[in-house]
Amino acid sequence: MNSHSKLQDIEVGSLGKQKMLKEKSLFNIKSQKNLKSLGLFALFVGPALLAFTIIVLIPFFTGVYYAFTDWNGVNGTINWVGLDNFKYLFTDDKQFQQSFWITTKYTAVAIILTNIVGFILSLLVTKMLKTRNMLRTVFFMPNLIGGLLLGFVWQFIFVKGFASIGQITGISLFELPWLGDAKTAFWGIVIVSVWQGAGYIMLIYTAALQNVPQELIEAAKIDGANRWQILRHITMPMVAPAVTVCLFLTISWSFKVFDVNLSLTNGGPFKSTEMLALNIYTEAFVNNRYGLGEAKALIFFLVVAAITIIQVTYTKKKEVES
Amino acid sequence: MGNRYTGRTFIIEIMAIVLGLVFLVPFYYLVSNSLKPFAEILSNTSALPSVLQFQNYINAYHQMNFLKVFSNSLLITVVSNIVLVFFCSMAAYMLVRTKKKISNIIFMMFVAAMVIPFQSIMIPLVKVTGSLGMLNSVWGLVIMYLGFGSGMTIFLYHGFIKGIPVELEEAAIIDGCSRLGVFWRIVFPLLKPITVTVVILNSLWIWNDFLLPSLVLQDPELRTIPLATFFFFGQYTKQWDLALAALMLSIIPLLIFFFAMQKHIVKGITSGSIK
Repeated sequence: MNSHSKLQDIEVGSLGKQKMLKEKSLFNIKSQKNLKSLGLFALFVGPALLAFTIIVLIPFFTGVYYAFTDWNGVNGTINWVGLDNFKYLFTDDKQFQQSFWITTKYTAVAIILTNIVGFILSLLVTKMLKTRNMLRTVFFMPNLIGGLLLGFVWQFIFVKGFASIGQITGISLFELPWLGDAKTAFWGIVIVSVWQGAGYIMLIYTAALQNVPQELIEAAKIDGANRWQILRHITMPMVAPAVTVCLFLTISWSFKVFDVNLSLTNGGPFKSTEMLALNIYTEAFVNNRYGLGEAKALIFFLVVAAITIIQVTYTKKKEVES
Repeated sequence: MGNRYTGRTFIIEIMAIVLGLVFLVPFYYLVSNSLKPFAEILSNTSALPSVLQFQNYINAYHQMNFLKVFSNSLLITVVSNIVLVFFCSMAAYMLVRTKKKISNIIFMMFVAAMVIPFQSIMIPLVKVTGSLGMLNSVWGLVIMYLGFGSGMTIFLYHGFIKGIPVELEEAAIIDGCSRLGVFWRIVFPLLKPITVTVVILNSLWIWNDFLLPSLVLQDPELRTIPLATFFFFGQYTKQWDLALAALMLSIIPLLIFFFAMQKHIVKGITSGSIK
């Protein structure tokens, strides 16, 4: 009995020692493992993060700094001027204020029209039409081509095509000097962007429409609902999430419009259609006033960021509700 | 609605086709006028070309140095896509599988930066990359596309990888496969659907991009299609015969890409937009 318990003691003691040894080596392995996993982490994430830092983060933060300087990009001196750039923009820079206003106006018009046209197109291509696949392709096609090329194509349409249509049909609307007049040039840009964007918006609404359960519509029909009531009370609420996506997508496209603006009107006539992005570009790379351009770019960023933050919080709220 | 083809459906079909034709009008003017001699463009803009001749195309092809700019565009788009897919899929994978605070911080940074409009950073970008010797080189531009595209690409991969069960990888690790081996041999093949989406979205963006290459590539030898079109249009203002043929040459590769990949493009856009 006694000897037995002694044996047990010894066994326990050696076991304890073994356990200690094991823990020690485990600790070594763990720290080695940590180092290894850190290396792996750097290997996997590092390259993308490095490029991102150099290309996006550093320029972004130095840009914020330049917004408060008089940097002109030519000579090396960069002087801190505090809020002078912003004061100038809001008091003296009439072109910037005009650009801001025209961009806002354009954004409002473009989001409404693009969404309405896109939604109508999606209603059409989800009907049992024989040509629906072809139509979908046709409506989407303009979206494929970059804004720069489309702007040039439409420049020809507005200058030569419209004049010719006007001659043949005698409709005076086509005989206007579309790109030569501030008002019609503005609508020219709107037409091109609606034509370009509607197909993309159509795809998103189409996906949403196809998710509306047919049983719901059948049930409403049996209850005696007419087409408009079905559209208004079943289809529209069911595609509401897609509406949010499309609204904010078109806001961000429209507010940042550059390519079409450059190739179609180049801001003309007399800078009347120079939108914000083009105004920033001209300030920096044509007038060589980098500091001022950065101040504009910072304001531009704040507006875009505000729109996006509102969008994200709104969408999140909607998701929780539904 | 309903599944029967009624008289009403027929009327809607006619209306839809008319609308489709209206959408195609600009393309009609582009194609038909690109085939006419200059005088005929001015006198008969709306008519079909009286004779079929491709002289405009031949002239535009040579004066635009089309083969060169086409291969520049192709090279930049293909290499940027490879680089983006390669590094961003790896980064997204590690960010998903490493359950640490740092992963979340890095991921949020990539996503948050998607808000920044290009015009907000283009001015210092030219300075920063200029001091690193990245201007006027295809490689510099590719690295810039990696930087700008990483947010969206990592975001899409991240969402997809979260849905892949980790058990598969654990089995492979027990069998003695390295982490890199696990990723490239087991995980990456599973990412194919999202890789297709990523490649399509990035290709359309990079192929059509004008502003970034216009700031980076000054050497005429390096010009991409949008850049060459821009300079060509500026140089031959009102020479519509050349300009329209040049536009057609620039648009044709996109159309070929579109008709070859149509199904994937539609799927990619609907899945990519709902973020």
